[in-house]
Amino acid sequence: MIFVLTIIAFLTLATAAVALALRNLIHSALLLTVSWSGIAAFYLWAGAEFVAFAQILIYVGAISMVVLFAVLLTRRSRDDFAIAPESVGRAVSALIAGGAVLGVLFGAVVSTRLPDPPTSAPVVTVRRLGLQLMSPHAAALLVVGALLTVALLGAVVLAATARRDATEDAG
Amino acid sequence: MLQMTLALSASACRSLLAGASYLVELAKAWRPAASSDSLLERAPVMLRDAVTGFLPEPWRWFANSLIAIVAILAVFGLLFAYLTLAERKILGRIQNRPGPNRTGWFGLLQPFADGVKALTKEDIVPANADRVLHFLAPVALVALSLLGFAVIPFGRQLVPIELNAAVLYFFAAGAATELAVFMAGWASHNKYSLLAAMRALAQLISYELPLLLSFVPVVMLAGTLSTTEIVAAQGGWKWGFIPHWYVLTPWGFAGFAIFMVAALAESNRSPFDLPEAESELIAGHLTEYSGFKYALFFMAEYFGMCALSGMAVTLFLGGWQAPLPFLEFIPSYAWFAAKLLALLLGFIWIRATFPRLRMDQLTRLAWKFLVPLALINLGTAAFWSLTHDWAGPLQLARWGVAAVLVVGPFVIMGRTLSAGVAPRKYRYA
Repeated sequence: MIFVLTIIAFLTLATAAVALALRNLIHSALLLTVSWSGIAAFYLWAGAEFVAFAQILIYVGAISMVVLFAVLLTRRSRDDFAIAPESVGRAVSALIAGGAVLGVLFGAVVSTRLPDPPTSAPVVTVRRLGLQLMSPHAAALLVVGALLTVALLGAVVLAATARRDATEDAG
Repeated sequence: MLQMTLALSASACRSLLAGASYLVELAKAWRPAASSDSLLERAPVMLRDAVTGFLPEPWRWFANSLIAIVAILAVFGLLFAYLTLAERKILGRIQNRPGPNRTGWFGLLQPFADGVKALTKEDIVPANADRVLHFLAPVALVALSLLGFAVIPFGRQLVPIELNAAVLYFFAAGAATELAVFMAGWASHNKYSLLAAMRALAQLISYELPLLLSFVPVVMLAGTLSTTEIVAAQGGWKWGFIPHWYVLTPWGFAGFAIFMVAALAESNRSPFDLPEAESELIAGHLTEYSGFKYALFFMAEYFGMCALSGMAVTLFLGGWQAPLPFLEFIPSYAWFAAKLLALLLGFIWIRATFPRLRMDQLTRLAWKFLVPLALINLGTAAFWSLTHDWAGPLQLARWGVAAVLVVGPFVIMGRTLSAGVAPRKYRYA
Protein backbone atom coordinates (compact mmCIF):
# COMPACT_ATOMS: atom_id res chain seq x y z
CA MET A 1 0.00 0.00 0.00
CA ILE A 2 2.81 2.39 0.91
CA PHE A 3 4.42 1.53 -2.45
CA VAL A 4 1.30 2.70 -4.31
CA LEU A 5 1.17 5.85 -2.19
CA THR A 6 4.80 6.60 -3.07
CA ILE A 7 4.07 6.31 -6.79
CA ILE A 8 0.99 8.55 -6.47
CA ALA A 9 2.89 11.15 -4.44
CA PHE A 10 5.83 11.10 -6.87
CA LEU A 11 3.54 11.58 -9.90
CA THR A 12 1.60 14.39 -8.21
CA LEU A 13 4.68 16.29 -7.08
CA ALA A 14 6.72 15.63 -10.24
CA THR A 15 4.01 16.88 -12.62
CA ALA A 16 3.48 19.95 -10.42
CA ALA A 17 7.22 20.69 -10.40
CA VAL A 18 7.53 20.26 -14.17
CA ALA A 19 4.46 22.46 -14.64
CA LEU A 20 6.21 25.20 -12.67
CA ALA A 21 9.41 24.86 -14.70
CA LEU A 22 7.84 24.86 -18.17
CA ARG A 23 7.76 28.04 -20.26
CA ASN A 24 4.69 26.98 -22.25
CA LEU A 25 1.66 27.98 -20.15
CA ILE A 26 -0.72 25.58 -21.90
CA HIS A 27 1.59 22.64 -21.22
CA SER A 28 1.81 23.78 -17.59
CA ALA A 29 -1.97 23.90 -17.28
CA LEU A 30 -2.37 20.43 -18.78
CA LEU A 31 0.31 19.03 -16.47
CA LEU A 32 -1.43 20.65 -13.50
CA THR A 33 -4.57 18.66 -14.35
CA VAL A 34 -2.44 15.49 -14.18
CA SER A 35 -1.25 16.64 -10.77
CA TRP A 36 -4.85 17.22 -9.62
CA SER A 37 -5.78 13.75 -10.86
CA GLY A 38 -2.91 12.49 -8.70
CA ILE A 39 -4.55 14.08 -5.67
CA ALA A 40 -7.80 12.33 -6.66
CA ALA A 41 -5.85 9.06 -6.86
CA PHE A 42 -4.61 9.72 -3.33
CA TYR A 43 -8.21 10.12 -2.11
CA LEU A 44 -9.09 6.84 -3.86
CA TRP A 45 -6.11 5.19 -2.16
CA ALA A 46 -7.42 6.47 1.18
CA GLY A 47 -10.86 4.96 0.45
CA ALA A 48 -12.75 8.25 -0.06
CA GLU A 49 -14.48 7.46 -3.35
CA PHE A 50 -16.91 10.36 -3.27
CA VAL A 51 -14.23 12.99 -2.64
CA ALA A 52 -11.96 11.46 -5.30
CA PHE A 53 -14.57 11.59 -8.06
CA ALA A 54 -15.76 15.02 -6.94
CA GLN A 55 -12.13 16.17 -7.14
CA ILE A 56 -11.86 14.91 -10.74
CA LEU A 57 -15.25 16.34 -11.71
CA ILE A 58 -14.44 19.79 -10.31
CA TYR A 59 -10.70 20.13 -10.88
CA VAL A 60 -10.15 18.21 -14.12
CA GLY A 61 -13.56 19.08 -15.54
CA ALA A 62 -14.07 22.69 -14.46
CA ILE A 63 -11.04 24.37 -12.83
CA SER A 64 -8.73 23.24 -15.66
CA MET A 65 -11.13 24.89 -18.12
CA VAL A 66 -11.09 28.11 -16.09
CA VAL A 67 -7.27 28.06 -16.12
CA LEU A 68 -7.07 27.37 -19.86
CA PHE A 69 -9.64 30.05 -20.71
CA ALA A 70 -7.81 32.51 -18.46
CA VAL A 71 -4.50 31.78 -20.20
CA LEU A 72 -5.98 32.11 -23.68
CA LEU A 73 -8.12 35.17 -22.98
CA THR A 74 -5.73 37.33 -20.98
CA ARG A 75 -2.31 36.83 -22.52
CA ARG A 76 -1.94 39.00 -25.61
CA SER A 77 1.71 38.57 -26.48
CA ARG A 78 4.86 36.94 -25.21
CA ASP A 79 6.31 40.26 -23.99
CA ASP A 80 3.18 41.46 -22.17
CA PHE A 81 4.37 41.27 -18.55
CA ALA A 82 3.33 43.61 -15.73
CA ILE A 83 6.65 42.93 -13.95
CA ALA A 84 9.71 42.05 -16.03
CA PRO A 85 10.67 38.37 -15.81
CA GLU A 86 13.93 37.45 -14.06
CA SER A 87 13.88 40.66 -12.01
CA VAL A 88 14.33 41.19 -8.27
CA GLY A 89 10.80 42.55 -7.96
CA ARG A 90 9.31 39.39 -9.41
CA ALA A 91 11.42 37.14 -7.17
CA VAL A 92 10.49 39.10 -4.04
CA SER A 93 6.76 39.14 -4.84
CA ALA A 94 6.84 35.42 -5.63
CA LEU A 95 8.57 34.69 -2.32
CA ILE A 96 6.08 36.84 -0.37
CA ALA A 97 3.01 35.29 -2.05
CA GLY A 98 4.33 31.73 -1.80
CA GLY A 99 5.47 32.21 1.78
CA ALA A 100 2.10 33.63 2.81
CA VAL A 101 0.22 30.66 1.32
CA LEU A 102 2.68 28.21 2.88
CA GLY A 103 2.38 29.92 6.27
CA VAL A 104 -1.42 29.87 6.27
CA LEU A 105 -1.58 26.21 5.13
CA PHE A 106 1.14 25.09 7.55
CA GLY A 107 -0.51 26.91 10.44
CA ALA A 108 -3.88 25.35 9.61
CA VAL A 109 -2.42 21.84 9.34
CA VAL A 110 -0.42 22.12 12.57
CA SER A 111 -3.19 23.69 14.64
CA THR A 112 -5.90 21.22 13.53
CA ARG A 113 -6.58 18.52 16.10
CA LEU A 114 -7.51 15.37 14.18
CA PRO A 115 -10.04 13.02 15.79
CA ASP A 116 -8.89 9.47 16.53
CA PRO A 117 -9.36 7.29 13.43
CA PRO A 118 -12.26 4.84 13.69
CA THR A 119 -11.26 1.19 13.95
CA SER A 120 -13.36 0.19 10.92
CA ALA A 121 -14.03 2.15 7.75
CA PRO A 122 -17.38 3.97 8.10
CA VAL A 123 -20.12 3.21 5.55
CA VAL A 124 -20.88 6.53 3.88
CA THR A 125 -24.36 6.88 2.40
CA VAL A 126 -25.38 9.76 0.16
CA ARG A 127 -27.88 10.87 2.78
CA ARG A 128 -25.23 11.13 5.52
CA LEU A 129 -22.88 12.88 3.12
CA GLY A 130 -25.55 15.42 2.22
CA LEU A 131 -26.42 16.07 5.87
CA GLN A 132 -22.73 16.52 6.73
CA LEU A 133 -22.19 18.92 3.83
CA MET A 134 -25.32 20.94 4.51
CA SER A 135 -25.14 21.32 8.30
CA PRO A 136 -21.61 21.34 9.85
CA HIS A 137 -19.76 22.18 6.63
CA ALA A 138 -22.34 24.52 5.09
CA ALA A 139 -20.09 27.56 5.61
CA ALA A 140 -17.19 25.96 3.71
CA LEU A 141 -19.56 24.97 0.90
CA LEU A 142 -20.89 28.52 0.63
CA VAL A 143 -17.39 30.03 0.65
CA VAL A 144 -16.29 27.68 -2.15
CA GLY A 145 -19.43 28.52 -4.13
CA ALA A 146 -18.84 32.28 -3.73
CA LEU A 147 -15.19 31.86 -4.71
CA LEU A 148 -16.06 29.99 -7.92
CA THR A 149 -18.74 32.57 -8.78
CA VAL A 150 -16.23 35.39 -8.34
CA ALA A 151 -13.75 33.52 -10.55
CA LEU A 152 -16.44 33.11 -13.21
CA LEU A 153 -17.39 36.80 -13.06
CA GLY A 154 -13.69 37.75 -13.25
CA ALA A 155 -13.29 35.65 -16.38
CA VAL A 156 -16.32 37.32 -17.97
CA VAL A 157 -14.96 40.80 -17.11
CA LEU A 158 -11.53 40.00 -18.56
CA ALA A 159 -13.04 38.55 -21.73
CA ALA A 160 -15.41 41.50 -22.15
CA THR A 161 -12.63 44.12 -21.87
CA ALA A 162 -10.49 42.19 -24.33
CA ARG A 163 -13.30 42.26 -26.86
CA ARG A 164 -13.82 46.03 -26.49
CA ASP A 165 -10.13 46.60 -27.26
CA ALA A 166 -10.44 44.48 -30.36
CA THR A 167 -13.42 46.41 -31.73
CA GLU A 168 -11.68 49.73 -31.07
CA ASP A 169 -8.68 48.49 -33.02
CA ALA A 170 -10.94 47.43 -35.86
CA GLY A 171 -12.77 50.78 -35.90
CA MET B 1 11.03 -45.91 -21.41
CA LEU B 2 8.40 -47.80 -19.48
CA GLN B 3 8.96 -45.58 -16.47
CA MET B 4 8.54 -42.50 -18.63
CA THR B 5 5.23 -43.72 -20.09
CA LEU B 6 4.10 -44.68 -16.62
CA ALA B 7 5.00 -41.26 -15.28
CA LEU B 8 3.32 -39.59 -18.24
CA SER B 9 0.15 -41.63 -17.90
CA ALA B 10 0.14 -40.98 -14.16
CA SER B 11 0.37 -37.24 -14.70
CA ALA B 12 -2.28 -37.47 -17.43
CA CYS B 13 -4.53 -39.37 -15.02
CA ARG B 14 -3.91 -36.77 -12.35
CA SER B 15 -4.74 -33.87 -14.69
CA LEU B 16 -7.81 -35.77 -15.91
CA LEU B 17 -8.91 -36.27 -12.34
CA ALA B 18 -8.27 -32.63 -11.58
CA GLY B 19 -10.29 -31.68 -14.65
CA ALA B 20 -13.13 -33.96 -13.62
CA SER B 21 -13.23 -32.65 -10.08
CA TYR B 22 -13.19 -29.12 -11.53
CA LEU B 23 -16.19 -29.98 -13.71
CA VAL B 24 -17.99 -31.41 -10.70
CA GLU B 25 -17.30 -28.20 -8.80
CA LEU B 26 -18.61 -26.17 -11.72
CA ALA B 27 -21.77 -28.28 -11.81
CA LYS B 28 -22.17 -27.73 -8.06
CA ALA B 29 -21.62 -24.03 -8.49
CA TRP B 30 -24.50 -23.52 -10.90
CA ARG B 31 -27.05 -25.67 -9.13
CA PRO B 32 -27.94 -23.41 -6.16
CA ALA B 33 -28.37 -20.32 -8.33
CA ALA B 34 -30.62 -22.21 -10.77
CA SER B 35 -33.64 -21.66 -8.59
CA SER B 36 -33.53 -17.86 -8.96
CA ASP B 37 -32.15 -17.22 -12.46
CA SER B 38 -32.65 -18.89 -15.81
CA LEU B 39 -29.79 -20.57 -17.65
CA LEU B 40 -29.56 -17.81 -20.27
CA GLU B 41 -29.38 -15.20 -17.51
CA ARG B 42 -26.29 -16.81 -16.01
CA ALA B 43 -24.69 -17.90 -19.29
CA PRO B 44 -22.16 -15.03 -19.58
CA VAL B 45 -21.01 -15.34 -15.97
CA MET B 46 -20.81 -19.15 -16.23
CA LEU B 47 -18.75 -18.84 -19.39
CA ARG B 48 -16.39 -16.44 -17.64
CA ASP B 49 -16.08 -18.71 -14.59
CA ALA B 50 -15.39 -21.70 -16.83
CA VAL B 51 -12.47 -19.82 -18.37
CA THR B 52 -11.01 -18.33 -15.17
CA GLY B 53 -12.11 -21.00 -12.71
CA PHE B 54 -8.82 -22.95 -12.80
CA LEU B 55 -6.81 -19.89 -11.75
CA PRO B 56 -5.80 -19.43 -8.10
CA GLU B 57 -7.98 -16.99 -6.14
CA PRO B 58 -5.81 -13.82 -6.26
CA TRP B 59 -5.42 -14.11 -10.04
CA ARG B 60 -9.08 -14.85 -10.72
CA TRP B 61 -10.10 -11.28 -9.89
CA PHE B 62 -7.49 -9.94 -12.31
CA ALA B 63 -8.54 -12.32 -15.10
CA ASN B 64 -12.22 -11.52 -14.55
CA SER B 65 -11.50 -7.80 -14.91
CA LEU B 66 -9.48 -8.42 -18.07
CA ILE B 67 -12.32 -10.46 -19.55
CA ALA B 68 -14.79 -7.69 -18.70
CA ILE B 69 -12.56 -5.14 -20.46
CA VAL B 70 -12.15 -7.34 -23.55
CA ALA B 71 -15.90 -8.00 -23.66
CA ILE B 72 -16.75 -4.28 -23.43
CA LEU B 73 -14.19 -3.44 -26.14
CA ALA B 74 -15.44 -6.19 -28.44
CA VAL B 75 -19.17 -5.55 -27.95
CA PHE B 76 -19.02 -1.76 -28.15
CA GLY B 77 -16.38 -1.82 -30.90
CA LEU B 78 -18.72 -3.92 -33.04
CA LEU B 79 -21.69 -1.79 -31.99
CA PHE B 80 -19.72 1.29 -33.10
CA ALA B 81 -18.95 -0.30 -36.47
CA TYR B 82 -22.54 -1.28 -37.15
CA LEU B 83 -23.96 1.91 -35.66
CA THR B 84 -22.13 3.90 -38.35
CA LEU B 85 -23.65 1.60 -40.97
CA ALA B 86 -27.13 1.77 -39.41
CA GLU B 87 -26.86 5.55 -39.24
CA ARG B 88 -25.92 5.81 -42.92
CA LYS B 89 -28.61 3.36 -43.97
CA ILE B 90 -31.36 4.98 -41.90
CA LEU B 91 -30.36 8.53 -42.89
CA GLY B 92 -30.37 7.32 -46.48
CA ARG B 93 -33.85 5.79 -46.20
CA ILE B 94 -35.19 8.94 -44.53
CA GLN B 95 -33.76 11.00 -47.41
CA ASN B 96 -35.23 8.55 -49.97
CA ARG B 97 -31.93 6.98 -51.12
CA PRO B 98 -30.61 3.47 -50.42
CA GLY B 99 -27.46 4.29 -48.41
CA PRO B 100 -24.29 2.15 -48.70
CA ASN B 101 -25.17 -1.13 -50.44
CA ARG B 102 -22.13 -2.09 -52.54
CA THR B 103 -19.96 -3.81 -49.91
CA GLY B 104 -21.25 -7.24 -48.92
CA TRP B 105 -24.95 -8.01 -48.59
CA PHE B 106 -26.89 -4.78 -47.94
CA GLY B 107 -23.54 -3.05 -47.29
CA LEU B 108 -22.84 -5.23 -44.24
CA LEU B 109 -19.08 -5.13 -44.83
CA GLN B 110 -19.01 -1.33 -45.20
CA PRO B 111 -17.67 -0.60 -41.65
CA PHE B 112 -14.67 -2.87 -42.26
CA ALA B 113 -13.96 -1.26 -45.63
CA ASP B 114 -14.10 2.13 -43.87
CA GLY B 115 -11.73 0.85 -41.19
CA VAL B 116 -9.17 -0.31 -43.76
CA LYS B 117 -9.51 3.02 -45.55
CA ALA B 118 -8.90 5.00 -42.34
CA LEU B 119 -5.90 2.83 -41.44
CA THR B 120 -4.19 3.14 -44.82
CA LYS B 121 -4.74 6.88 -45.28
CA GLU B 122 -1.79 9.22 -44.89
CA ASP B 123 -1.48 10.60 -41.37
CA ILE B 124 -0.75 14.31 -41.76
CA VAL B 125 0.63 16.38 -38.86
CA PRO B 126 1.00 20.12 -39.50
CA ALA B 127 4.58 21.37 -39.46
CA ASN B 128 3.96 23.85 -36.61
CA ALA B 129 1.75 21.53 -34.58
CA ASP B 130 2.53 20.52 -31.02
CA ARG B 131 3.32 16.93 -32.04
CA VAL B 132 2.93 15.31 -28.62
CA LEU B 133 -0.42 16.91 -27.78
CA HIS B 134 -1.60 16.43 -31.38
CA PHE B 135 -1.00 12.71 -30.95
CA LEU B 136 -2.30 12.50 -27.37
CA ALA B 137 -5.63 14.23 -27.98
CA PRO B 138 -7.46 11.44 -29.89
CA VAL B 139 -5.88 8.76 -27.70
CA ALA B 140 -6.98 10.49 -24.49
CA LEU B 141 -10.45 11.11 -25.92
CA VAL B 142 -11.07 7.44 -26.79
CA ALA B 143 -9.58 6.22 -23.50
CA LEU B 144 -11.67 8.61 -21.39
CA SER B 145 -14.87 7.93 -23.31
CA LEU B 146 -14.40 4.19 -22.71
CA LEU B 147 -14.05 4.66 -18.93
CA GLY B 148 -17.77 5.34 -18.50
CA PHE B 149 -18.75 1.79 -19.51
CA ALA B 150 -17.11 0.40 -16.36
CA VAL B 151 -20.01 1.22 -14.02
CA ILE B 152 -23.06 0.57 -16.23
CA PRO B 153 -25.01 -2.52 -15.14
CA PHE B 154 -25.54 -4.33 -18.44
CA GLY B 155 -27.50 -7.13 -16.80
CA ARG B 156 -28.56 -8.58 -13.47
CA GLN B 157 -25.09 -10.08 -13.02
CA LEU B 158 -23.11 -8.07 -15.57
CA VAL B 159 -21.61 -5.09 -13.75
CA PRO B 160 -17.93 -4.54 -14.63
CA ILE B 161 -17.17 -2.63 -11.38
CA GLU B 162 -19.47 -1.97 -8.45
CA LEU B 163 -18.64 1.41 -6.94
CA ASN B 164 -20.49 3.25 -4.18
CA ALA B 165 -20.14 6.52 -6.10
CA ALA B 166 -20.65 4.99 -9.56
CA VAL B 167 -22.78 7.81 -11.00
CA LEU B 168 -20.24 10.40 -9.89
CA TYR B 169 -17.44 8.30 -11.43
CA PHE B 170 -19.30 8.16 -14.74
CA PHE B 171 -19.70 11.92 -15.01
CA ALA B 172 -16.17 12.63 -13.75
CA ALA B 173 -14.82 10.46 -16.58
CA GLY B 174 -17.08 12.29 -19.03
CA ALA B 175 -15.98 15.73 -17.82
CA ALA B 176 -12.34 14.92 -18.55
CA THR B 177 -13.05 14.53 -22.29
CA GLU B 178 -13.33 18.32 -22.57
CA LEU B 179 -9.58 18.53 -22.00
CA ALA B 180 -8.94 16.24 -24.97
CA VAL B 181 -11.05 18.48 -27.23
CA PHE B 182 -9.06 21.51 -26.10
CA MET B 183 -5.78 19.64 -26.67
CA ALA B 184 -6.85 18.76 -30.21
CA GLY B 185 -7.78 22.32 -31.06
CA TRP B 186 -4.76 23.97 -29.49
CA ALA B 187 -2.13 21.48 -30.67
CA SER B 188 -3.20 21.80 -34.32
CA HIS B 189 -1.75 25.34 -34.50
CA ASN B 190 -4.62 26.47 -36.67
CA LYS B 191 -6.89 29.40 -35.83
CA TYR B 192 -10.01 27.60 -37.04
CA SER B 193 -9.18 24.63 -34.86
CA LEU B 194 -8.56 26.78 -31.78
CA LEU B 195 -11.71 28.85 -32.33
CA ALA B 196 -13.78 25.71 -32.81
CA ALA B 197 -12.25 24.07 -29.76
CA MET B 198 -13.23 27.10 -27.66
CA ARG B 199 -16.73 26.91 -29.09
CA ALA B 200 -16.88 23.21 -28.39
CA LEU B 201 -15.74 23.82 -24.80
CA ALA B 202 -18.37 26.52 -24.33
CA GLN B 203 -21.00 24.05 -25.51
CA LEU B 204 -19.71 21.14 -23.43
CA ILE B 205 -19.50 23.23 -20.24
CA SER B 206 -22.94 24.77 -20.83
CA TYR B 207 -24.61 21.40 -21.23
CA GLU B 208 -22.63 19.73 -18.45
CA LEU B 209 -24.77 21.69 -15.99
CA PRO B 210 -28.26 20.47 -17.07
CA LEU B 211 -26.80 16.97 -17.56
CA LEU B 212 -25.57 16.86 -13.96
CA LEU B 213 -28.66 18.58 -12.53
CA SER B 214 -31.08 16.27 -14.35
CA PHE B 215 -29.89 13.09 -12.61
CA VAL B 216 -29.72 14.60 -9.11
CA PRO B 217 -33.47 13.86 -8.51
CA VAL B 218 -32.78 10.19 -9.27
CA VAL B 219 -29.97 10.12 -6.69
CA MET B 220 -32.27 11.94 -4.26
CA LEU B 221 -35.17 9.51 -4.64
CA ALA B 222 -33.08 6.34 -4.83
CA GLY B 223 -30.90 7.55 -1.95
CA THR B 224 -27.72 6.16 -3.49
CA LEU B 225 -25.04 6.89 -6.08
CA SER B 226 -24.55 3.21 -6.93
CA THR B 227 -25.89 2.24 -10.36
CA THR B 228 -26.84 -1.30 -9.29
CA GLU B 229 -28.91 0.01 -6.40
CA ILE B 230 -30.56 2.64 -8.63
CA VAL B 231 -31.63 -0.14 -11.03
CA ALA B 232 -32.79 -2.30 -8.12
CA ALA B 233 -34.88 0.62 -6.79
CA GLN B 234 -36.78 0.66 -10.10
CA GLY B 235 -37.78 -3.02 -9.87
CA GLY B 236 -41.32 -4.29 -9.43
CA TRP B 237 -44.68 -3.31 -10.90
CA LYS B 238 -47.65 -1.31 -9.69
CA TRP B 239 -50.91 -3.27 -10.12
CA GLY B 240 -48.82 -5.96 -11.79
CA PHE B 241 -48.23 -4.15 -15.09
CA ILE B 242 -46.91 -0.57 -14.59
CA PRO B 243 -43.15 -0.74 -14.00
CA HIS B 244 -41.59 1.45 -11.28
CA TRP B 245 -39.26 3.12 -13.76
CA TYR B 246 -38.41 6.70 -12.92
CA VAL B 247 -39.34 7.90 -16.40
CA LEU B 248 -42.98 7.13 -15.54
CA THR B 249 -43.11 9.77 -12.78
CA PRO B 250 -43.52 13.51 -13.53
CA TRP B 251 -40.07 14.50 -12.28
CA GLY B 252 -38.51 11.44 -13.89
CA PHE B 253 -40.03 12.26 -17.27
CA ALA B 254 -38.78 15.86 -17.11
CA GLY B 255 -35.36 14.66 -15.92
CA PHE B 256 -35.17 12.11 -18.73
CA ALA B 257 -36.06 14.74 -21.36
CA ILE B 258 -33.46 17.20 -20.03
CA PHE B 259 -30.88 14.41 -19.75
CA MET B 260 -31.40 13.31 -23.35
CA VAL B 261 -31.18 16.87 -24.75
CA ALA B 262 -28.01 17.50 -22.76
CA ALA B 263 -26.64 14.09 -23.80
CA LEU B 264 -27.21 15.01 -27.46
CA ALA B 265 -25.19 18.19 -26.91
CA GLU B 266 -22.48 16.47 -24.86
CA SER B 267 -21.85 13.89 -27.57
CA ASN B 268 -21.73 16.60 -30.30
CA ARG B 269 -24.66 15.05 -32.09
CA SER B 270 -26.95 16.90 -34.46
CA PRO B 271 -28.75 19.29 -33.85
CA PHE B 272 -25.90 20.33 -31.51
CA ASP B 273 -23.03 19.43 -33.84
CA LEU B 274 -21.59 22.95 -33.96
CA PRO B 275 -18.11 21.82 -32.83
CA GLU B 276 -17.79 19.91 -36.10
CA ALA B 277 -19.61 22.52 -38.18
CA GLU B 278 -18.43 21.39 -41.60
CA SER B 279 -19.75 24.49 -43.33
CA GLU B 280 -18.51 27.23 -40.95
CA LEU B 281 -15.36 26.07 -39.24
CA ILE B 282 -14.22 23.38 -41.71
CA ALA B 283 -14.78 20.53 -39.23
CA GLY B 284 -13.61 22.54 -36.23
CA HIS B 285 -11.02 20.95 -33.99
CA LEU B 286 -10.81 18.04 -36.44
CA THR B 287 -9.47 20.19 -39.31
CA GLU B 288 -5.85 19.07 -38.96
CA TYR B 289 -6.62 15.42 -38.31
CA SER B 290 -6.65 12.74 -40.96
CA GLY B 291 -6.60 9.00 -41.34
CA PHE B 292 -6.92 6.87 -38.25
CA LYS B 293 -6.73 9.76 -35.76
CA TYR B 294 -9.81 11.26 -37.42
CA ALA B 295 -11.54 7.90 -37.14
CA LEU B 296 -10.59 7.77 -33.44
CA PHE B 297 -12.46 11.04 -32.83
CA PHE B 298 -15.58 9.53 -34.34
CA MET B 299 -15.09 6.33 -32.39
CA ALA B 300 -14.95 8.43 -29.19
CA GLU B 301 -18.11 10.28 -30.23
CA TYR B 302 -20.04 7.05 -30.71
CA PHE B 303 -18.64 5.53 -27.51
CA GLY B 304 -19.72 8.66 -25.63
CA MET B 305 -23.17 8.43 -27.19
CA CYS B 306 -23.49 4.73 -26.23
CA ALA B 307 -22.25 5.38 -22.67
CA LEU B 308 -24.64 8.30 -22.12
CA SER B 309 -27.55 6.30 -23.55
CA GLY B 310 -26.61 3.40 -21.30
CA MET B 311 -26.60 5.77 -18.33
CA ALA B 312 -30.00 7.16 -19.36
CA VAL B 313 -31.35 3.59 -19.50
CA THR B 314 -29.86 2.88 -16.05
CA LEU B 315 -31.08 6.07 -14.39
CA PHE B 316 -34.53 6.51 -15.89
CA LEU B 317 -35.63 3.48 -17.95
CA GLY B 318 -35.21 0.83 -15.27
CA GLY B 319 -31.84 -0.50 -16.45
CA TRP B 320 -32.04 -4.20 -17.22
CA GLN B 321 -35.54 -4.63 -15.72
CA ALA B 322 -38.21 -6.18 -17.93
CA PRO B 323 -41.22 -3.93 -18.69
CA LEU B 324 -43.83 -6.61 -17.77
CA PRO B 325 -43.66 -9.46 -15.24
CA PHE B 326 -44.36 -12.28 -17.72
CA LEU B 327 -41.52 -11.06 -19.97
CA GLU B 328 -38.92 -11.74 -17.28
CA PHE B 329 -37.93 -15.03 -18.94
CA ILE B 330 -36.00 -12.97 -21.50
CA PRO B 331 -32.51 -12.41 -20.01
CA SER B 332 -31.84 -9.02 -18.42
CA TYR B 333 -28.98 -8.08 -20.74
CA ALA B 334 -31.31 -8.49 -23.74
CA TRP B 335 -33.67 -5.93 -22.19
CA PHE B 336 -30.77 -3.57 -21.59
CA ALA B 337 -29.61 -3.97 -25.19
CA ALA B 338 -33.12 -3.38 -26.52
CA LYS B 339 -33.52 -0.14 -24.53
CA LEU B 340 -30.02 1.02 -25.50
CA LEU B 341 -30.66 0.38 -29.21
CA ALA B 342 -34.01 2.17 -29.01
CA LEU B 343 -32.33 5.27 -27.59
CA LEU B 344 -29.54 5.12 -30.19
CA LEU B 345 -32.10 4.86 -33.00
CA GLY B 346 -33.78 7.90 -31.47
CA PHE B 347 -30.45 9.77 -31.72
CA ILE B 348 -30.22 8.89 -35.44
CA TRP B 349 -33.84 9.86 -36.07
CA ILE B 350 -33.27 13.23 -34.38
CA ARG B 351 -30.20 13.80 -36.55
CA ALA B 352 -32.24 13.20 -39.68
CA THR B 353 -35.07 15.49 -38.55
CA PHE B 354 -33.80 18.68 -36.92
CA PRO B 355 -31.74 21.54 -38.41
CA ARG B 356 -28.58 22.61 -36.60
CA LEU B 357 -28.87 25.29 -33.88
CA ARG B 358 -27.05 28.60 -34.11
CA MET B 359 -24.41 29.33 -31.43
CA ASP B 360 -26.51 31.92 -29.55
CA GLN B 361 -29.58 29.68 -29.67
CA LEU B 362 -27.48 26.83 -28.34
CA THR B 363 -26.18 28.67 -25.27
CA ARG B 364 -29.55 30.33 -24.64
CA LEU B 365 -31.27 26.94 -24.65
CA ALA B 366 -28.80 25.65 -22.05
CA TRP B 367 -28.60 28.58 -19.64
CA LYS B 368 -32.06 30.13 -19.90
CA PHE B 369 -34.16 27.01 -20.40
CA LEU B 370 -32.61 23.69 -19.42
CA VAL B 371 -30.77 24.83 -16.27
CA PRO B 372 -33.83 26.57 -14.70
CA LEU B 373 -36.05 23.63 -15.70
CA ALA B 374 -33.61 21.19 -14.09
CA LEU B 375 -33.52 23.29 -10.90
CA ILE B 376 -37.33 23.40 -10.76
CA ASN B 377 -37.35 19.66 -11.40
CA LEU B 378 -35.21 19.27 -8.28
CA GLY B 379 -38.02 20.95 -6.32
CA THR B 380 -40.61 18.70 -7.99
CA ALA B 381 -38.61 15.64 -6.97
CA ALA B 382 -38.35 16.96 -3.39
CA PHE B 383 -42.15 17.38 -3.32
CA TRP B 384 -42.57 13.86 -4.72
CA SER B 385 -40.24 12.48 -2.08
CA LEU B 386 -41.95 14.32 0.80
CA THR B 387 -45.45 13.17 -0.26
CA HIS B 388 -44.63 9.49 -0.70
CA ASP B 389 -47.20 8.48 1.96
CA TRP B 390 -50.16 10.28 0.36
CA ALA B 391 -52.86 7.78 -0.57
CA GLY B 392 -56.33 7.64 -2.12
CA PRO B 393 -57.56 10.98 -3.56
CA LEU B 394 -54.42 12.67 -2.19
CA GLN B 395 -52.49 10.50 -4.66
CA LEU B 396 -54.33 12.28 -7.48
CA ALA B 397 -53.45 15.66 -5.94
CA ARG B 398 -49.81 14.55 -5.74
CA TRP B 399 -49.75 13.69 -9.45
CA GLY B 400 -51.61 16.89 -10.33
CA VAL B 401 -49.25 19.21 -8.43
CA ALA B 402 -46.16 17.43 -9.79
CA ALA B 403 -47.50 17.55 -13.36
CA VAL B 404 -48.22 21.29 -13.06
CA LEU B 405 -44.72 21.85 -11.64
CA VAL B 406 -43.27 20.09 -14.69
CA VAL B 407 -45.50 21.39 -17.49
CA GLY B 408 -46.10 24.96 -16.23
CA PRO B 409 -42.50 26.23 -16.25
CA PHE B 410 -41.87 24.37 -19.52
CA VAL B 411 -44.70 26.18 -21.30
CA ILE B 412 -44.04 29.62 -19.75
CA MET B 413 -40.28 29.58 -20.29
CA GLY B 414 -40.60 28.00 -23.72
CA ARG B 415 -42.92 30.81 -24.86
CA THR B 416 -40.64 33.58 -23.59
CA LEU B 417 -37.29 31.98 -24.46
CA SER B 418 -36.77 33.79 -27.76
CA ALA B 419 -38.68 36.98 -26.88
CA GLY B 420 -36.71 40.03 -28.03
CA VAL B 421 -33.95 38.08 -29.77
CA ALA B 422 -35.74 36.18 -32.51
CA PRO B 423 -36.43 36.21 -35.39
CA ARG B 424 -33.03 37.68 -36.13
CA LYS B 425 -32.29 40.01 -39.06
CA TYR B 426 -29.32 39.00 -41.19
CA ARG B 427 -27.55 42.15 -42.34
CA TYR B 428 -24.60 40.47 -44.03
CA ALA B 429 -26.26 37.41 -45.47
